[in-house]
Amino acid sequence: MEENKQYTNADFKSDQYVRWCPGCGDHAILAVLHKAMAEVGVAPHMTAVISGIGCSSRLPYYMNTYGFHTIHGRGGAIASGFKTANPKMTVWQVCGDGDGLAIGGNHFIHEVRRNVDLNVLLLNNKIYGLTKGQYSPTSDRGFVCKSAPYGTTEDPFIPAELVFGARGTFFGRGIDVELKISQEVMVAAARHKGCSIVEMLQNCVIFNHGIHNFITDKENRADRTIHLVHGEKMIFGKDKNKGIVQDGFALKAVEIGKDGYTIDDVLVHDAHCQSNFLHQQLAMMDGHDLPLAIGVIRDVEAPVYNEEVEKQVAEVKAKKGFTCLRDMILSGDTWEVK
Amino acid sequence: MLEKTNVKVLEKVVVRFSGDSGDGMQLAGNIFSNISAGIGNQISTFPDYPAEVRAPQGTLSGVSGFQVSIGKGVYTPGDKADVLVSMNPAALKQNAKFLKPGGVAIVDIDCFKKSDLEKALFKTDDPYTEINLKAQVVEVPMTSMVKAALADSGMDLKSITKCKNMFALGLVCWLFDRPIESAINYLQNKFAKKPAIAEANAKVIRAGYDYGNNIHASVSTYRIETDDIRPGTYTDVNGNTATAWGLIMASEKSGLPLFLGSYPITPATDVLHELAKRKDLGVKACQMEDEIAGICSAIGASFAGNLAATSTSGPGIALKSEAMGLAVMAELPLVIIDVQRGGPSTGLPTKTEQTDLMQCLYGRNGESPLAVVAAASPTDCFDMAFEAARIAVEHMTPVILLTDGFIANGSSAWRIPENDEYPAIKPNFVKPEMLEQGWKPYMRNEETKVRYWAIPGTEGFMHRLGGLEKDSVTSAISTDPVNHEKMVAIRQEKVNNIAKNIPAQEIQGNPDADTLLIGWGGTYGHLYTAVQELNAAGKPVAFAHFRYINPLPANATEIIKKYKNVVVAELNNGQFADFLQAKHPMVEIKRINKVQGQPFLVQEIVEGLTKIMEEK
Repeated sequence: MEENKQYTNADFKSDQYVRWCPGCGDHAILAVLHKAMAEVGVAPHMTAVISGIGCSSRLPYYMNTYGFHTIHGRGGAIASGFKTANPKMTVWQVCGDGDGLAIGGNHFIHEVRRNVDLNVLLLNNKIYGLTKGQYSPTSDRGFVCKSAPYGTTEDPFIPAELVFGARGTFFGRGIDVELKISQEVMVAAARHKGCSIVEMLQNCVIFNHGIHNFITDKENRADRTIHLVHGEKMIFGKDKNKGIVQDGFALKAVEIGKDGYTIDDVLVHDAHCQSNFLHQQLAMMDGHDLPLAIGVIRDVEAPVYNEEVEKQVAEVKAKKGFTCLRDMILSGDTWEVK
Repeated sequence: MLEKTNVKVLEKVVVRFSGDSGDGMQLAGNIFSNISAGIGNQISTFPDYPAEVRAPQGTLSGVSGFQVSIGKGVYTPGDKADVLVSMNPAALKQNAKFLKPGGVAIVDIDCFKKSDLEKALFKTDDPYTEINLKAQVVEVPMTSMVKAALADSGMDLKSITKCKNMFALGLVCWLFDRPIESAINYLQNKFAKKPAIAEANAKVIRAGYDYGNNIHASVSTYRIETDDIRPGTYTDVNGNTATAWGLIMASEKSGLPLFLGSYPITPATDVLHELAKRKDLGVKACQMEDEIAGICSAIGASFAGNLAATSTSGPGIALKSEAMGLAVMAELPLVIIDVQRGGPSTGLPTKTEQTDLMQCLYGRNGESPLAVVAAASPTDCFDMAFEAARIAVEHMTPVILLTDGFIANGSSAWRIPENDEYPAIKPNFVKPEMLEQGWKPYMRNEETKVRYWAIPGTEGFMHRLGGLEKDSVTSAISTDPVNHEKMVAIRQEKVNNIAKNIPAQEIQGNPDADTLLIGWGGTYGHLYTAVQELNAAGKPVAFAHFRYINPLPANATEIIKKYKNVVVAELNNGQFADFLQAKHPMVEIKRINKVQGQPFLVQEIVEGLTKIMEEK
């Protein structure tokens, strides 16, 4: 990735009218992405944004980069092929919880497993917006909507669990009302080599307004979220007096100075730890007993699919030394007819 | 045939090897055809595998066959065999129907014990009568001869019995006067790391050959005519490998790196296998998580600027159809290879059919035209894969290449072309000066209607594509009714214009006949041979074999209207006939159809056409 600091947000904005509903969380996420791209500094013509179908998947039209608004669920497979074919490009993929985890669930887990160098924004509003209000694979059990008028009878996916189940190398989380932290996560995702999954909690004003309110409402946000930063203590709360400690095999939120807990008991975040055990525990915190984690939760190095492909091609080419197809065929079983 | 020693001179001969799927019949058949090609015969082969990987030994469902025709004027693996080798009763029972009356059946009599007969569900101890075998049966104690030949080898019994196929090969080599040295060379290369195995196999081939020599008093041998074939360097190639190589040639001629996104499916998987090996030529072949990811990764690679392809069979085409529509809409080049098999649903995975034509022409939502071409023979797969790629790249469109299980697995001798025998492929790239002229993503060559291709990474040409309808110039999302109709027309016209960039349809046989036989795709060899036979018998027939299906060659209509009797022969219920009928409502299109999962027999075409010609 060639980084270069000459770009501004405006360099990444296209001239297209943005068609999301007024007040939709996607507007904020788009603005943050423009900023993150400018901060990372990869040229617009070296950037591709690829999406599937859904409200969030409209995003490529609003980028002054190469972009492809594809078909429902397939953004991950298309982005994987794109990156493998043209690895010099920086590739972003945008999907929603329906596009990425329902119809595109298979491609999602496999792009993570392969560790293709993609930056994936998963915009999670726990609803189908574009088709006007059906439950998604992240909707909570019992959620009432048009396609489940008596409430759903199924449990949701927690995106982080899928990522860890597929041995993901990067997982971060942002919120459409936490712009600075979201930008920090997107920049880290871009700099991570491999498949980076960024879950963005996003509010759908029309069909699922307030779905993340328990977490995002101003009153309680500081107590119900924790901003994780690699190498820093896991401290949160309005008064920065709470911390996360290890309690046997589980995590626990404590008040520092209470019940015998001191600052020394509070865990220090290690996003680069190869084991994903604690990362998963952190990613599963939901704002109830434990604060919901935002920031970069996991960021580790592992072989990157597209790089391994390039490496193998170079090795085999050098070893065989063929100059063209004919050369290769002539090295096999042949006979002359005179 | 068996009365006394003599040498028969034949133009061509058909040999069928059959045995348990673990008996190595494919290898024996392959070596036999390669030796024959090496001494100047034309060859055509057809492997006939069971669907099961390894059915129980000795049973009917586990029988594997390999048929090869060698000689002069060989265009098909032959309707029926002159010589059938059967390693057990099940193989004999399954394959006797492929043996000509009066042909020679060579059996391993050591494997015809009571228990073997029972496994093959024979009810009596006289299998030949039970299946009404009208052949000269040569009973050879192959297993015991192999055991004797390898008695001092120190090999275990299982490894020894595995060499039986080479005994059969040696015997057949004697029968047809083939030089066994080249078979032995081949085995030494194949088992270079296991010299003991190579040595044992060589010994067994010689034993088989010598056995033939020793019993020669009772069997006739053959001399097969060689053909005047074009000088050059040859290799033996099957259709799937030729398809893979044709794409590589197109990559070299277009300067675009080759990318394949695929998912394993019978009988197309060997395209993936071959291209996976071709990392040595810079090919990226990715085995994706499903059929949809196969085509989608290829579409991503195409957008990224590669020559992109995906390979599959009928069920995979069904899964890929939405993505094909995306490639139509985004106007990206893409080669989609459909190696047809018996359907519908899972159907007959290892058998051949031409039943995907309508699916490929029309199986997408919306007005979604794309180009369709079809390969006529194993070696033609090379040319048509090249053509599919050339059309895709020069016309910015997805192209479906239809082959089938018969030509994909069948092989022929193929002259390795010189690099300058194929034309340069010219992508319709954007040019830097277009930026000053106000370039927009859907601007196109006015004559061909092909839009200009801007490869990501090119400065100044950033643009967005997508599956939503686009403004005919800017590519911005457009729901304007008139624009939509205009775009539907442009996409159709673009595909129609391909007719100006493909060769005219040729007529073979007797062009002045009243009757025109029409074929397409992998049936070429059988139809051509039938046409030759009919013309030789004083029944004039003209023959048009289509390799370009959509669009049809520019002179297609002129040809179809010229003949009194137009007959389409195809391995389906009349899909190409319907396609032509819709385009030519005034012409009565007659049909010869077969949907048995098997290729035509030349005889079926001869009889079918004769009947139609007599009716007129």
